[in-house]
Amino acid sequence: MTRYLARRLLLTIPVLFFVSLIVFTLITLIPGDPARVMLGEEASRESLEVLRRQMGLDRPLPVRYLIWVGRVLRGDLGRSVRDQRPVARTLLQKIPVTAELAAASLLVAWTIAIPSGALAAWKRRTWLDYGATTVALAGISIPNFWLGIMLIYLLAVHWRWLPPSGYVEPWVDPVGNLRAMVMPSIVLGSALAALVMRLLRSSMIEVLSSDYIRTARAKGLADRVLLVRHAMKNAMIPVATIMGLQLGGLLGGAVVTETIFAVPGLGRLTIESILTRDYPMVQGVVLFAATAVVAANLLVDLAYAVLDPRIRLEERRG
Amino acid sequence: MMRAPRAGLAALPAPTAALARASHPRGLAYLLRRFARNRLALIGLWVTLLIILLAVFAGWAAPHNPIKPDFGRIMQPPSRTHPLGTDDLGRDVLSRVIYGTRTSLLAGLVSVGIAVLIGLPLGLVSGYYGGRLDDLLMRITDAMLSFPFLVLALAIAAVLGAGLDRAMIAIGIVFTPGFIRLARGQVLSEREQNYVEAARALGAGDGRIIWRHLLPNIVSPIVVQASLSTAAAITAEATLSFLGLGTQPPTPSWGSMLNFAQPYLGTAPWMAIYPGMAIFITVLSLNLLGDGLREALDPRLR
Repeated sequence: MTRYLARRLLLTIPVLFFVSLIVFTLITLIPGDPARVMLGEEASRESLEVLRRQMGLDRPLPVRYLIWVGRVLRGDLGRSVRDQRPVARTLLQKIPVTAELAAASLLVAWTIAIPSGALAAWKRRTWLDYGATTVALAGISIPNFWLGIMLIYLLAVHWRWLPPSGYVEPWVDPVGNLRAMVMPSIVLGSALAALVMRLLRSSMIEVLSSDYIRTARAKGLADRVLLVRHAMKNAMIPVATIMGLQLGGLLGGAVVTETIFAVPGLGRLTIESILTRDYPMVQGVVLFAATAVVAANLLVDLAYAVLDPRIRLEERRG
Repeated sequence: MMRAPRAGLAALPAPTAALARASHPRGLAYLLRRFARNRLALIGLWVTLLIILLAVFAGWAAPHNPIKPDFGRIMQPPSRTHPLGTDDLGRDVLSRVIYGTRTSLLAGLVSVGIAVLIGLPLGLVSGYYGGRLDDLLMRITDAMLSFPFLVLALAIAAVLGAGLDRAMIAIGIVFTPGFIRLARGQVLSEREQNYVEAARALGAGDGRIIWRHLLPNIVSPIVVQASLSTAAAITAEATLSFLGLGTQPPTPSWGSMLNFAQPYLGTAPWMAIYPGMAIFITVLSLNLLGDGLREALDPRLR
């Protein structure tokens, strides 16, 4: 057990190393001189030289990488080119907004996906199943920005039920906050709902054909008890396994959703800093997103090792 | 412990695991019959073919010039001359949607082409030889797959700059690790088969075994993954263009049409409705096609 946990933790190090290397390489590859970007076109040669030395741009690349990683590990992500504020502080400010949106979307997704996925598997090859799988495929195929714009058109412009966009902090106006979150969380949650529904359906079909379910059925258990108490527990395993994928999808989808609905979170920060060429900020956001996914994957694996003895045994054999 | 391969949310279908052993004892005709029994997949195939025809014959099918502004006909609602209305520069929305098929299909094919051309050889070699190279590649793909798909595509597009060609490269790079992992996984299970040993016993070199023996046997999962990735790549191009980083005006692209339609949602909703519907129909039919292919090729579902 301890050995497995240690091994799993150690495996994270190379992944994080390559994540940091990719982010560093991307930003280094950007054409143009960062010092000139900061000082503008009219800067004198001397001031450019000074700033370059200050930023360490005169050092060789591997040295620059090590210096950068050292700073990142101490929580220093540099300063934004746009407003000169520390990148880390801006990130910390935006994270709660996106976290709220992601949590609401996850709630929307699971509320739709879990009952419909389980039912589709239970009533396999009926109209219910075909209907649910077709809706799920449509949910995967619908572009989220179009869904968002159509919702704005119908619910905000046409019927005027909800504000078209904007964000209010929950402690300022809890009701306004919820109203502002309805459309973004539906948009962000729908693709995830489709993914989770399809996954749950296929794992449920597998579980329902297993021996222990047949035994439970032979014991005369009621369908509902069988489905909820016995089958669901195991069918949910693959859904929980892809938490990292789900988080990645939410963080990527947040870029689009937050842009359409003017939600001031990480997603809108990503696209704003890309469009304004605020590369330290881009670097910070991208690094954060990848690290969050790595952390989610690690947590899922560690939780399994604790909860499911089969995984530890598999490890010993392998 | 081997975790399930991760891809972006858009690249939904998990690489289809045991497809490799779909060495088709009953031949192509059998597969086609299996595919044709799936009515939804057939619809997907026909609509996809129709969209390809529209893209090829766009010049003939579009009633108006998709690029030239006509300031006398700004934001007209759908009518007989303009079935889907006109946009803020007086251009015919239907013609722009029809020309947009070219952008979308090009983006889908080129970016998936890039991903397959890089990912397939790397995956084959990595799986066949194993060792240090394999370890290194797996850690790099692990790292790449840790980035949210769209965030990485945006970051690469930010480095390369805006434009359709660069967006295609960015999307292609982001899809590459998925193909590396898929090809590698297939080779790992295929490498130990008797026919590989037989080929080796007959004196075939590594290169010959990889390209002449292994590759044909792992083609079907790659085809399935490629068709589903094309759908995801089309969405990705539209998304990048919607965010202002993909196709630049005046070239018609569904994503950028939607971007420019946003301010006029209250006055000219048709500018937003139809390009989005075009993306939806195209991506849905490709997904139906891909799902149908998977079901026809996957021996477990037989």
